[in-house]
Amino acid sequence: MTVDLSQFYQVFFDESLEGLDAMEAELLRYSEGTQDDESINTIFRAAHSIKGGSGTFGFDSIAGFTHVLETLLDQIRDGQRDITSQHIDLFLQSIDCLREMINALSSGDDSVPESTAQLKAAFEAILNDEVADEGEQSALEAEQITTDSATQAAAIASEAHENTSGWKVTFIPSEDILMTGNEPLYLIQELTELGDHEVELVTEKIPSWSELKPEFCYLRWIVKLYCDCTEQQINEVFEWVADESEIKIEELAATESTKVAAVPALNQQDTASSEAAANEVKSSAPAVTKNADTKAATAKPATKAKQADANSIRVGIDKVDSLINMVGELVITQAMLSQLFEGEMTAQSLTRMKEGLAQLEHNTRDLQESVMRIRMLPISFVFSRFPRLVRDTGQKLGKKIELILQGESTELDKTVMEKISDPLVHLVRNAMDHGLESPEQRLAAGKPEIGKLTLNAYHQGGNVVIEIIDDGKGLDPIKIKNKAISNGLIGENDELSEEQINLLIFEAGFSTAEAVSDLSGRGVGMDVVKSNIQALNGSVDVESVVGKGATFRIRLPLTLAILDGQLIRIGQHVYIIPLVNIIESLQINQNDVSRIGGEYDVLHLRGEYVPIICLADVFLHKSDAQTLTDGLLVVVEVDGGKVGIFVDDLLAQQQVVIKSLEANYNKVEGISGATILGDGTVSLIIDIVSLVRMAGVKNISSHNLVATETHAQGGTA
Amino acid sequence: MTEEITDVEKINQKLGLLDGVENANVEQFLSFFLDDEEYAVDILRVQEIRCWEGATVIPNSPISVKGVMNLRGTIVPVMDLRLRLGLAEQAYNSLTVVIVLKFITQDGIEKISGVVVDAVADVHSISPEDIQQAPELSSNVNANFVKGLGSSKSGALILLDPDTLLAI
Repeated sequence: MTVDLSQFYQVFFDESLEGLDAMEAELLRYSEGTQDDESINTIFRAAHSIKGGSGTFGFDSIAGFTHVLETLLDQIRDGQRDITSQHIDLFLQSIDCLREMINALSSGDDSVPESTAQLKAAFEAILNDEVADEGEQSALEAEQITTDSATQAAAIASEAHENTSGWKVTFIPSEDILMTGNEPLYLIQELTELGDHEVELVTEKIPSWSELKPEFCYLRWIVKLYCDCTEQQINEVFEWVADESEIKIEELAATESTKVAAVPALNQQDTASSEAAANEVKSSAPAVTKNADTKAATAKPATKAKQADANSIRVGIDKVDSLINMVGELVITQAMLSQLFEGEMTAQSLTRMKEGLAQLEHNTRDLQESVMRIRMLPISFVFSRFPRLVRDTGQKLGKKIELILQGESTELDKTVMEKISDPLVHLVRNAMDHGLESPEQRLAAGKPEIGKLTLNAYHQGGNVVIEIIDDGKGLDPIKIKNKAISNGLIGENDELSEEQINLLIFEAGFSTAEAVSDLSGRGVGMDVVKSNIQALNGSVDVESVVGKGATFRIRLPLTLAILDGQLIRIGQHVYIIPLVNIIESLQINQNDVSRIGGEYDVLHLRGEYVPIICLADVFLHKSDAQTLTDGLLVVVEVDGGKVGIFVDDLLAQQQVVIKSLEANYNKVEGISGATILGDGTVSLIIDIVSLVRMAGVKNISSHNLVATETHAQGGTA
Repeated sequence: MTEEITDVEKINQKLGLLDGVENANVEQFLSFFLDDEEYAVDILRVQEIRCWEGATVIPNSPISVKGVMNLRGTIVPVMDLRLRLGLAEQAYNSLTVVIVLKFITQDGIEKISGVVVDAVADVHSISPEDIQQAPELSSNVNANFVKGLGSSKSGALILLDPDTLLAI
């Protein structure tokens, strides 16, 4: 009994949250009508194990709450009642509530959200209704009903006891209780943890000294509990000794209680309790909606708690196996290498050493990849929350929405995943609120009544692409342009393509207070979405056809920790260009270079004009190369177009571990981070998108290449 | 000037000894030379002292920022204190050291940054009441950086405030 249960708390929290996810998924299948026979069992099992776990760990608030939930689920499972949409709503709300409770507990806060009591009352009302209904049924069934309602009454009673003033527990352990390995003291201690108490020790059964057997327990206890714990909780304490001991649990009359304000003595009649419950429900109905309204406010601490406990990860056994394999290989290679040094060094052993080192390199790289894969999770971890979100939001907005999830098994780094989830929610909300039209509008526009919202994820090169596609009305370029003009983002006479106009919604100054709606305003907070995604080295863009719908496309790097880099040199400075950005590197033929406007150069490369950015000029370094033919051009892909970066020399390619520059310094324009090279020096990693912006190159992908160099030195070095 | 040169080793040793010392009324300051003047910072802000080993230049950074260095796997910016205080630039020599200081940004985040100084000098114990307000008329030192003036055997000790000094 001295086991410190708190070490298992985290496991319980993790498993409970998983259980809640499973419950939620199955409940949503009910509301979609795609449930099967197993659904209710899955829900019940999850609820049951949460109840069991919370009981074991002493999280009584959760145990008590799940108990009512379970009672109703049990009846549904036994076919005593059908599941209605009211039940589903209630269950879903309870899941939110339980999540909140678990998150609170995991951050050490055992307060109970207000909604618990209201939901509990609502459940009890349903359960009591049943009793009442059945009571009205014919006498023929009376017998069966009595047993039914008796069990329910017991369940209700045990819950209703919460309102009693306390309990008197008489504990008479069997004399040989100590021999069975039970320690009565712990039981009493556990009992007193339930709340305010008075413990009385009854010593009258202690025999005279000559008759006393030291291994026997002659003591009895009377514990008075002045708290609103349930009878069940008390019974749980004595679970292990109930068989061999005598335990009497009596209710303390209200008058007997000295500490708790008088509560009407419990009337065990069904009618009275159901009436009370019904009253409670009436008063709770508005409160529940109120709770939903305040959810936005409570959401913040919840996410905070999540960050605090998001320190464990579940990994598929295949990934661990492959890791073990790799380590095995590594050990073998290491053994082989050390063996080489046992004998004389010969030319032969030197070649074998070379081979061994090559092998080692190979193994290290494989190992690194496997380790990275451990951090990779399928994107369904994020996607799985959307069915619920879409259902709730759809109901609230009165829109019919079908959610299609694609590419759920696409894997993404855990850190990236955690950080992308909020921007995604925002985009999905936006699509539902502003993209998709109401059923009437859709029918009027000749579209099917049910709006389609697709979430799609796939790998593309070193990136993960997530698309949010709706078939709604699309972005309104005229409206956006007008707003941008009124906000001073663009001038009245600026000529902008539709694409450019659409991208304005991501600008920081675009959102205005009047655009804020209940859920979201298209454009409101979009700049936040964009900056969040950019902080992950990702990008977001939008494609929209008026009347047909909009597609938001997010591009994210697979991982944040390591990248393949190309080391480049300008003068004495070494920088790293991410290899994923590089298309090719080439030596410039002066004949292919044209100087436009006397200021900047473009390279004619296989029918395309590629603007040349001279890195030395942008970073104000002294370059070795005097002319464009002295150095090398690294052609990179950016925003769907090509840009050439002119450097002095290419050095090695290697994987680098990304370190933050902002941890101790500030964000540096043109630089995404730093890394430490093999010789211990620091090298900076170039952020291509930001570099191109610094150089002032615009409209890379459009046909008429317009490039301006910000620096007076011009494009040539 | 540099007649009181204490080696890096010795100072680091002193830093280590400080951990056990607890004297409520006396604050200790690590002093260093810059352009023949003795400056000092609260010793509790000093993480360590290193020899100048070069730094990687950050493009388009203020002139006083020498770059970033690798401090056992952490990227730490290095600032030339002469340039930060508007003093004349001096070539680095064997006495040049980098003092790694902890500071707190306006957002309340603790960061570390290295400062390049001509040479470290000594550790002084100064009680708070002996610290005087700096006169407003400081000629080339940005008054914001100066926390106050103390005194040492050799003269005035200019106490710097790392939080304002290192906020860029």
